Amino acid sequence: MEFETVIGLEVHCELATRTKIFCSCLNEFGGEPNTHCCPVCLGMPGALPVMNRAAVEMAVKAGLALNCQIAKFSKFDRKNYFYPDLPKSYQTSQYEYPICLKGHVDLDVNGEPRRIGITRIHLEEDAGKLVHGEYGGTMLDLNRGGVPLIEIVTEPDLRSAEEARVFLEKLKADLSYIEVSDCKMEQGSLRCDVNVSVRPVGQKEFGTRCELKNINSFKAVVRAIEYERDRQIDLIEDGEEIKQETRRWDDVKGVSLVMRSKEDAMDYRYFPCPDLVPIVLSDEDIERAKREMPELPDVKKARYVRELALPEYDAGVITGDKSLAAFFDRCVALFPNAKMISNWIMGDVLKKAKEYENGFDDMKLDAGAFTDMLKALDAGKISAGGAKTVLDELLTGTGKSVGQIIEEKKLAQISDTGAILKIVTEVLDANPQSVAELKAGKDKVMAFLMGQVMRASKGKANPQTVNELIRAEIKNR
Amino acid sequence: MDIKEVEATARLAKIELNEKDKERIADDLQRMIDYVKQLQQIDTDGVEPTSHVVALQNVLREDVPAESLPRESFLPQAPDASDEGFVIPSVIE
Ligand SMILES: [Zn+2]
Repeated sequence: MEFETVIGLEVHCELATRTKIFCSCLNEFGGEPNTHCCPVCLGMPGALPVMNRAAVEMAVKAGLALNCQIAKFSKFDRKNYFYPDLPKSYQTSQYEYPICLKGHVDLDVNGEPRRIGITRIHLEEDAGKLVHGEYGGTMLDLNRGGVPLIEIVTEPDLRSAEEARVFLEKLKADLSYIEVSDCKMEQGSLRCDVNVSVRPVGQKEFGTRCELKNINSFKAVVRAIEYERDRQIDLIEDGEEIKQETRRWDDVKGVSLVMRSKEDAMDYRYFPCPDLVPIVLSDEDIERAKREMPELPDVKKARYVRELALPEYDAGVITGDKSLAAFFDRCVALFPNAKMISNWIMGDVLKKAKEYENGFDDMKLDAGAFTDMLKALDAGKISAGGAKTVLDELLTGTGKSVGQIIEEKKLAQISDTGAILKIVTEVLDANPQSVAELKAGKDKVMAFLMGQVMRASKGKANPQTVNELIRAEIKNR
Repeated sequence: MDIKEVEATARLAKIELNEKDKERIADDLQRMIDYVKQLQQIDTDGVEPTSHVVALQNVLREDVPAESLPRESFLPQAPDASDEGFVIPSVIE
């Protein structure tokens, strides 16, 4: 039997505010444990939360980026449960009236357009962090407690692990573009729970779903979904029933284990938070937020294709990373050959970026120097090989200018026609046999003659000039 | 309110009750619920649900950092703590 996988995601994303959601403590990754804490985020009795304006604005921006309706009325509720990372024993969240509703994200999955529904986005606070294995027990660090989060809930519209990965990549690109979150999964600023079920192809009803938790990387998302899909299909094929349960993904072992069954499902006893008043947004507020939205990756991509004639794929890769797109924009402003810039980015730059821990961001490549190198190449002052050498040198971070590098590494090509013509003449004189063959139309000899000239020039002659000069000179013989 | 509901409520509140207390509390809670139930006699058709008892909205603060507490001031108040954090029994889920 053929099966179809049905996936829905709950994505938690830390907002890039300066302070926490309900108090003025720093919202900062790292930092000495328990140094960003106050009576509010420690859950001291009597302390009162006050909503951070920037967190509201960021949630609205996220909603706009995901094509959501922005709620004119939203409010906070308490989600009650006991866990040591939650000092108040409730998480302040939004239940009945979230800040954003009903949106969608358009994806391109291997060339096929797919629209994934967004059920809702709500604001809530993050919990603290448990550090295991120290002090003979567990240490609680509340620096993260009270950091603003948005939870993005999708419709069960995703149909494969690959689709889920593409969705998350898109989400990450969009949210980092609008500077709402840095979405670093490895630092925990983007976390995701995955609901997976399977059903025979053609069946309308959904199968019984399982929720997967503790997934900490994009790769883990794919592995966890594929594992869960196979597990469920195996059960069905063995005639067994799938139990609705929450499972914990173990990425090291590559398996998921039951955390709790449906019977022990949490009863969160949501009730309205009396400490926080509703958020009411006017049409004007929402309109202003729309005007302040930066260009989103999709729009940018379409513009690159339309105005700069970049191939779809290249435009997609470049706009997929905010800092890369910003770099590209700076380059185009300095050197209008967009295609050449994009070719170099797609090739050498991104290949080298893989050698850095955080990819392109860590390369610290200067757009001015990079375009100086391209200009030199475009003008024939250096060869393509020379350009690669310049790029390597720029990446060592010595701060040398492209001009200095060309001089020090003796990369200058001879484009001076006179100098090259002298070598060409010498080579042609020394190889009358080849000249005759070339004149007779045996174009293969061209490569040999070119090679001779390049060797005589120690590789510094501009090949195009050499080619042109040989052809011109042959006519005179 | 039967014993089962009392037990479920106690479990959610992480409270341990003996059999005698369960009976007494079931009775107490039932009387409280009956008392509050009187509100259900009021016709609330067409009345918008109250979201908050005070008529305020958009009480927001600017995103500007302020001093946090020194950890030496609150960590010693916990039942167990190191210089850096609260020490709690190992959590295994
Ligand atoms: Zn605080």
